[in-house]
Amino acid sequence: MNDASHWSIFLNAALVNNFVLAYFLGICPFFGVSSRLETAVRMGGAVSFVMLVASVCAFAINLLLDFVNAPFLRIISYILVISSTVQLVEMLMKKLSPATFRAMGIYLPLITTNCAILGLALFQTNRGYDFTQSVVYSLGAGIGFALALVLMAGVREKLDLNDVPDLVKGTAAALIVAGILSMGFMGFAGLGR
Amino acid sequence: MARKQVTTTDEFVKGLWRDNPVFVQVLGMCPALAVSNTAMNALAMGLATTFVLLMSGLSVSLLRNLIPREARIVCYICIIATFVTSVDYLIMALSLELHRALGAFIALIVVNCLILGRAEAFASKHNPGRALLDGLGMGVGFTLALLFIGVVREILGSGSIFGFSVFPDTFQTWTIMVLPSGGFFAMALWLLIVNWLKKRKEEAEKLTTEVLT
Repeated sequence: MNDASHWSIFLNAALVNNFVLAYFLGICPFFGVSSRLETAVRMGGAVSFVMLVASVCAFAINLLLDFVNAPFLRIISYILVISSTVQLVEMLMKKLSPATFRAMGIYLPLITTNCAILGLALFQTNRGYDFTQSVVYSLGAGIGFALALVLMAGVREKLDLNDVPDLVKGTAAALIVAGILSMGFMGFAGLGR
Repeated sequence: MARKQVTTTDEFVKGLWRDNPVFVQVLGMCPALAVSNTAMNALAMGLATTFVLLMSGLSVSLLRNLIPREARIVCYICIIATFVTSVDYLIMALSLELHRALGAFIALIVVNCLILGRAEAFASKHNPGRALLDGLGMGVGFTLALLFIGVVREILGSGSIFGFSVFPDTFQTWTIMVLPSGGFFAMALWLLIVNWLKKRKEEAEKLTTEVLT
């Protein structure tokens, strides 16, 4: 059991220990879809939604696994539930908004292998959050992820218009920007204690 | 016969440099950045990932004719998750301290895009021997890349390498290198070096073709 307050869990997940910039979770989509602001916003939304669903599912699975006393099945069952959730979101999105679906391209199926989602499920289990705490944690993590993605996309859109040396262009420039952003987020340390 | 040998060694060597998973393909970045704060962690993570790569490559390759195409990703994920769970328990049994240092990142090997990527792109299309070689090459390449990043971060951030200090006590450590942002910077540094080397090689090749023609 964990007795942290909801507000501090939220702040911790969103800012202080931001999933992307402090835990390095979900780096692939972070670099992959952060070159345009619009796709970044959509990706952030999709990831937040999947996180919320995955967090609720993971909580239920954990109860079940504890009941049958089989903790060694945790990784397998989490990842299976996450991939089916992603599949569901994909189908829904294809039906409801084909334009968004196309804009996401390859990155929607890739949410399955987005470590941020599995990381979230594992962290909430390790820390022994109860149901509402888990939900708040997943909301915070999702918002933090979207925030990092959008900030990054904003910077990279500006960066594209500037004269960057050939050698640095692309991933190296993105990494340096991410490093500076991460330094900025260190300033939140100590918030929400 | 000689020709075949060239291709099999190539299967192994390509992962080390030309298609290095971290520096060239930019796959599996999350663990590469997250657990490379010391050289020891980087090495352990690299070895664990190599083991999973090898075993999952072998299993996927052996089962490649049995797995239905539509459900292949789920099958791969199950196979990978099985081996990751065993590595998780293995490391816990070997060293609890190491397990604590790596934290959830051992479990997160499951979602390392590198492993699923190799299963899908290589192991599912080739025989077990070549899949093993490919897995080994990629794994060693991944481990090396992690070590490179880890060594830079440990030397600058803690003034030591594998826990042995290399600088006199007066050395002011760069704490930033052990913190998350240091991971980004160290990785960017290595990417720059790789880019520079590639560019220099291209220019040299261009020069030789110009001289020849």
